Amino acid sequence: MPEFISRLSAGLERYWGDISYLSVQHLQIVAISAVLALLAALPLGVWMSRAASQRHAMACMQFLNVGQAIPKLALLALAMSFVGVGSGAAIFALWVATLLPVAVNTCEGLRAVPRHLIEAAEAMGMTPAQVLWKVEIPNAMNVIFAGIRTALAINVGTAPLAFLVGGGGLGELIFTGIDLNDFDMMLAGAVSTALLAIAVDLACGLVQNLSVSRGLRLAGRV
Amino acid sequence: MIQIEHLSKTFGAITAVEDVSLSVAEGQICILLGPSGCGKTTTLKMINRLIAPTSGTIRIAGRDTAELDSVTLKRSIGYVIQQVGLFPNMTVEDNICVVPNLLGWDKTKSRKRAAELLEVVALDPAMFLQRYPCELSGGQQQRVGVARALAADPPVMLMDEPFGAIDPINREVIQDEFMRIQRQVGKTVLFVSHDIDEAMKMADCVALFHDGRIEQFGTPDDLLAQPASEFVASFMGGDRVMKRLRLMRSVDVASQVPPRQGGSSPAQLVVKPGDDLRQVLSQLLGCGQDWALCNDSDGRFVGYVHQADILARLADHTMPRVH
Repeated sequence: MPEFISRLSAGLERYWGDISYLSVQHLQIVAISAVLALLAALPLGVWMSRAASQRHAMACMQFLNVGQAIPKLALLALAMSFVGVGSGAAIFALWVATLLPVAVNTCEGLRAVPRHLIEAAEAMGMTPAQVLWKVEIPNAMNVIFAGIRTALAINVGTAPLAFLVGGGGLGELIFTGIDLNDFDMMLAGAVSTALLAIAVDLACGLVQNLSVSRGLRLAGRV
Repeated sequence: MIQIEHLSKTFGAITAVEDVSLSVAEGQICILLGPSGCGKTTTLKMINRLIAPTSGTIRIAGRDTAELDSVTLKRSIGYVIQQVGLFPNMTVEDNICVVPNLLGWDKTKSRKRAAELLEVVALDPAMFLQRYPCELSGGQQQRVGVARALAADPPVMLMDEPFGAIDPINREVIQDEFMRIQRQVGKTVLFVSHDIDEAMKMADCVALFHDGRIEQFGTPDDLLAQPASEFVASFMGGDRVMKRLRLMRSVDVASQVPPRQGGSSPAQLVVKPGDDLRQVLSQLLGCGQDWALCNDSDGRFVGYVHQADILARLADHTMPRVH
């Protein structure tokens, strides 16, 4: 254990420049792919949850499931063959991998809002858009956020592989460390990847706490 | 206030509501009564057009609701449901302010209104305005549900088994409470129920539904005393004569005729003018007397309640209806 710590601190010290540069790159890939995925998957989930799109929603879900079933490494390789080497391939692959949990949870979360709440909202004279924004989305927020957190975990967890398609990121230290049998380098990369993943999840949890109504959090505890 | 004429609703091949006509005067409570699946809820939901009628007209205050914009119509009608449907993500205050906000009321005005309404439903505003629905008991939630429906002061209220999910003891309490509120606000209320006791207790008029049609429309006493069909008679129950007693109070039969000398034992039974006759008769039978004294709350003599008079009252209407 003391040896582990000493080698870790040695690695962190030696590769600090690389770590800070690659972390930014790493986070960029994660952030861009995640934001693009949220922009696509949230509206998609809302659309899939509407009664009118029930039939198409099934087909859509199947398609997203395929994206989820393919191993992430294969997804990266496939992306590279379409988009070419570079961060574009990594971003595209991470985007595909992030879509499903967000879209599915958004859809399921909205569908799980009790029917009588929607009926009450309609009966009070809310328009369909008002029902969605004032009642359905706030009450589905916990489930939607569960999807976002899962998606981000997948995204951050897959991001180190971006190095393999020329996307850079902290994976560079890990893989290079393994290849060169440089334990310090590998450790520096692995630990910073892990810390980043935890930080992202914590940040997401913080945002969740801020955006889920206190009434729902209280109800969850009872 | 509300006139429904030849209202029908079909879902595909199924006729849920068939040729329903009824009218409810301003300030009255009309209960749509019947077993489940009889079309009473569908009828209710057609009034604020949660369900679009297949045919027929509904007029509120003389205006055909089909001519009104559906959203405007809904905002002008109070709606209370069994599951209450308070939005768990909003405080009690925000829940009550939903319709005022939709109508674009000034914020201070709607907040003031929310506090007022909590007083009306006997909840302390200081204590409850900022609470969330999950922090309230079932009965408290339904009070807030009623307050929310009253928020924009709609002339008409629709209530779909509002007290159906509340335990029997609290249901009695909230029914009494609602009657008190109703005396204060005087809304025209359409109320769906499958609970005959609730209907007898609260209704000014009752529409008894069966298979999508109205079997009988009348006052609670009409339905009990003169059931129009076998179905009505069996739905009202074999003890419907006894149920009628609940609709009459001892003051209704109190007379100045003193009991005959040498009647039952001198141990006197004293009842209040507001006591219902079922209770009075039960007490009379229980102590083997054939009369009771009726005194008001200050102890002043109102009259004598004779068992024979009570029975005579029942005989009034029990004969089959003569056309």
